[in-house]
Amino acid sequence: MDIPYTTTPREDTGLYNAKVGIWLFLASEVMLFGALFSSYILLRVGADWWPAPRSILNIPIGTFNTAVLIISSVTVVLAWASLKMNQLSKFKLYQGITILCALIFVGVKSVEYTEKWKHYEIWLNDGSNYSGHIDVNGKHNPFFYTHNKLVSEGVTEITFTKDPHKYGDPLPEKAAGGGEAHAAEAHAHESMVIKTEDIKRLSAFVPAHSTYFAIYFTMTGLHALHVIGGALVMFYLWITAGSWFRSRPEQFTNRIEVSGLFWHFVDLVWIFLFPILYLM
Amino acid sequence: MSHDHSPKTAGSHDGHGDHDVSKHIRTYLLIGGFLLIGTAITVWAATIDFGSHNLNIGIGLLIATVKASLVALFFMHLISEKTAIYMFLGATVFFVTGLMVLTLFSFSDLPKDSEFLRLNPPAPAAQTEASH
Amino acid sequence: MAATTTAKTHEAHEAHHHEHHDPGFWRSYVFSSDHKVIGIQYGITSLAFLFFGFILIALMRWQLAYPGKAIPFVGGLLEAVLGEVAAGGVMSGNLYNSFGAMHGTIMVFLAIVPLAFAAFGNYVVPLQIGAPDMCFPRINMASYQCFFLGGVVMFASFFVPGGAAQAGWTSYSPLATTIPTDGQTYWLIGMVLLITSSLLGAVNFIATIIQLRAPGMTWMRLPWFVWTQFVTAFILLLAFPPLEAAGLMQLVDKVLGTSFFLPTGLMTAGGAALADVSGGGSPLLWQHLFWFLGHPEVYVLILPAMGIVAEVIANNTRKPIWGYRSLVYSVLAVGFISFIVWAHHMYLTGMGTKISTFFQTTTMIISIPSVIILTCLFISLWGGSIRFNTPMLFALSFLPMFGIGGLTGLPLGFNFSDLLLHDTYYVIAHFHYVVAPGTIFALFAGVYFWYPKITGRKMNETLGQIHFWLSLICMNLVFYPMFKQGVSGMNRRMADGGATYLGVDDVGSGELVGTPQAMIDLNVNISHAAWALGLAQLPFIFNFFWSMFAGRRVENDNPWQATTLEWQTPTPPPHGNFDKEPVVYRGPYEYSVPGAKADFIPQNQPDPA
Repeated sequence: MDIPYTTTPREDTGLYNAKVGIWLFLASEVMLFGALFSSYILLRVGADWWPAPRSILNIPIGTFNTAVLIISSVTVVLAWASLKMNQLSKFKLYQGITILCALIFVGVKSVEYTEKWKHYEIWLNDGSNYSGHIDVNGKHNPFFYTHNKLVSEGVTEITFTKDPHKYGDPLPEKAAGGGEAHAAEAHAHESMVIKTEDIKRLSAFVPAHSTYFAIYFTMTGLHALHVIGGALVMFYLWITAGSWFRSRPEQFTNRIEVSGLFWHFVDLVWIFLFPILYLM
Repeated sequence: MSHDHSPKTAGSHDGHGDHDVSKHIRTYLLIGGFLLIGTAITVWAATIDFGSHNLNIGIGLLIATVKASLVALFFMHLISEKTAIYMFLGATVFFVTGLMVLTLFSFSDLPKDSEFLRLNPPAPAAQTEASH
Repeated sequence: MAATTTAKTHEAHEAHHHEHHDPGFWRSYVFSSDHKVIGIQYGITSLAFLFFGFILIALMRWQLAYPGKAIPFVGGLLEAVLGEVAAGGVMSGNLYNSFGAMHGTIMVFLAIVPLAFAAFGNYVVPLQIGAPDMCFPRINMASYQCFFLGGVVMFASFFVPGGAAQAGWTSYSPLATTIPTDGQTYWLIGMVLLITSSLLGAVNFIATIIQLRAPGMTWMRLPWFVWTQFVTAFILLLAFPPLEAAGLMQLVDKVLGTSFFLPTGLMTAGGAALADVSGGGSPLLWQHLFWFLGHPEVYVLILPAMGIVAEVIANNTRKPIWGYRSLVYSVLAVGFISFIVWAHHMYLTGMGTKISTFFQTTTMIISIPSVIILTCLFISLWGGSIRFNTPMLFALSFLPMFGIGGLTGLPLGFNFSDLLLHDTYYVIAHFHYVVAPGTIFALFAGVYFWYPKITGRKMNETLGQIHFWLSLICMNLVFYPMFKQGVSGMNRRMADGGATYLGVDDVGSGELVGTPQAMIDLNVNISHAAWALGLAQLPFIFNFFWSMFAGRRVENDNPWQATTLEWQTPTPPPHGNFDKEPVVYRGPYEYSVPGAKADFIPQNQPDPA
């Protein structure tokens, strides 16, 4: 006996196996991200510090990435529809665009990440507190420094270039467009030399900075892993499309439908992540 | 998940044959357009002061929910799916809501100013103990 | 249906084509995608972990009975392997904590769940519903590989600097995050692998039960065991992901120094200074996410066991299970409600009265379907011509043992009584009655019951009975006194056997404050019983291996005269299970049907007319 309903639907459920499987998997994904969203709410409600709305991430870049994912969601469903209409070349085009969108998304995200890892907040023993960029021993904008790392490397002082508007503070009236853009304005950037012993805490905008960045990196990181995973699967289906579709068209169309469902889910998660992390 | 064996046309995945798919393409493009417009609205709405920050959050989440629903209903074909899938997705939504609501509720129900403590203020010696 | 089968496109056939031809040793036994081989792999691995978990507690029982004395026989070995923590062959507090945490973790996630759900489920469910295999055989294989890898990571954590995880199987933050051992990180990585394995398995089980039931196998004709596995799979599918999320967050806390579960103002381990973290997190968040899985997990442990017991009871009373529909609706209700009772583990965290009342209420409600299940199984015995063979003895003893475990849970479900009993030996006694003489006995029943189908030979009956009676007596000698210890207030986590809380005469009142010496002395008796329990497993271990080669051969494919489909296949079932697709004509438990020739009618036997 062979396993039935791998391609054709079962009469009483009207479903083929893989479709049941992917929906069950997505149900568990809903619980996974649901738990993270719950954590987001609780961390935010109980937070000592939470960035003011729109002050923290680059909104134009975030909007661009949202649009990229939405476009990929349209092309992925068009790719499936092309197969249903027996148009393999159109399928290849749409599937290719989807994969390209995935690459763009991950690329933009990694640029966003590295920007954060070079950007610092410093708390001094006198109670003052700034955001900006640092120079350590002639290294401009180094990654991942902390107070402990300065001490262990025997660094006695660093140069700190202050942002004109402290990152994460409420935006001044009429200053739309995100803190980063604001910071890039042509104000004079004030540089100062700070002794290591005067520093209470130094942290780049990495997960350890605060619970906001912890949940930001965890959620978007997990989401990015989903994007990469989905892109790998779609790439595999893209390069094997020709022979597979010619020999087993119905099975291949099902595979595209199932991978498409996963892709839409990834898009759907981002639709929530974008406003709660960038805008609110 | 019914146990009747009423025969249905085998081979049709979503209740519409290959012929119908071409008609759906218009819908897909339209939904894609709505989603892009929705994104623009989200970004714009975040810059408007609706009076309270909570209202801003509510409106942002509302727009996101509408967008997500469009994706789920049309791109993921949930608008015409099979009963079995509705059943376990329904259970999932119930449980994820339970997780969020009950957890939040238990955090909001921590006894900070309990009636008992207000009516029976602790003795001064015990107070220093309690303040640790 | 037949038309569909023939009309099925030939690609599925092609995909399996090469598997029919001499797959070779590796593909047959190690990297097999056949559900039966995977079931056996799960079974052997989890039995090994069950044994390993028992050894851990057997060693801990020495420390509890004779605190600070060198462990005889193996003390030197422990010192040689683990070093400083077992200096002089004495179990240190750190080692005790490691063993305690790993005993819980291994027993729950690496022994009982994989044995009850993955091993029996994989082997039996496709056979019982008349399917050729699981829906997604390769995902099934990946599930086992993740499980195995998770087990390896957990095992390896004993040998990393600082030793294995020490923060209990619940891994509460901030303790779990600040404890200075890499074992905690291994624990989290291991958990993520085990959770992934469970998720893959759960997807497979549900899809299989929905899609691959044989023609005529309607929902109300499913053996009840399949129902329990179906609900268990849903619990795993939907309750595990929040713990996976929490595990990832704790891993990030541990590795990247975030503060998901670390509050503001957290001190370092010595209490000398503020910890170098941002703070702002919530330890209670971990507890919520953990128990959102943790409590449904209890039903993951117990439901498959109940399913096995039902199968064995129906077969050995030679009459239908009483109240099949009640059982089905009850197991669905249990599964459903199990998602909204979790915070009854957290009464002591200072929860408010409203939310306590809510969880108290749901906890009491969930006991109703549980009691219905137990009652149905009890009533099923009435008027049966009971065959007292080994599987039946284990199944029968499950009923009162689980009954004790369940009923002693009620005081823990009530806020007021829980505040007193929380974290005492009472809790240990309660859940071990549910899991040890409860679930594990049911699993033994399953091993003895399905062994002939897997190997074609029966296990030795005399050795089986010895195993049963000794286990039953020792189990009760181990766990019953713990109720007494717990009620007298003995804390469950003391490496010195509770001497920390030894009672002293209160000067003012002249009354004893703390744990009476008599309760601490019980530790010695309990430990002796625990080691005797270990010895009582020797007949089983011997029987298990010996019967493979020398057990009595079964006279036919259906040695227990059973009705369900797994007994209507060749023994052992070949790849693809059934020679031809079975068709189901009747319910699962048609025993002693009036007027029938035999006292059982298999599900695939057509009506005589």
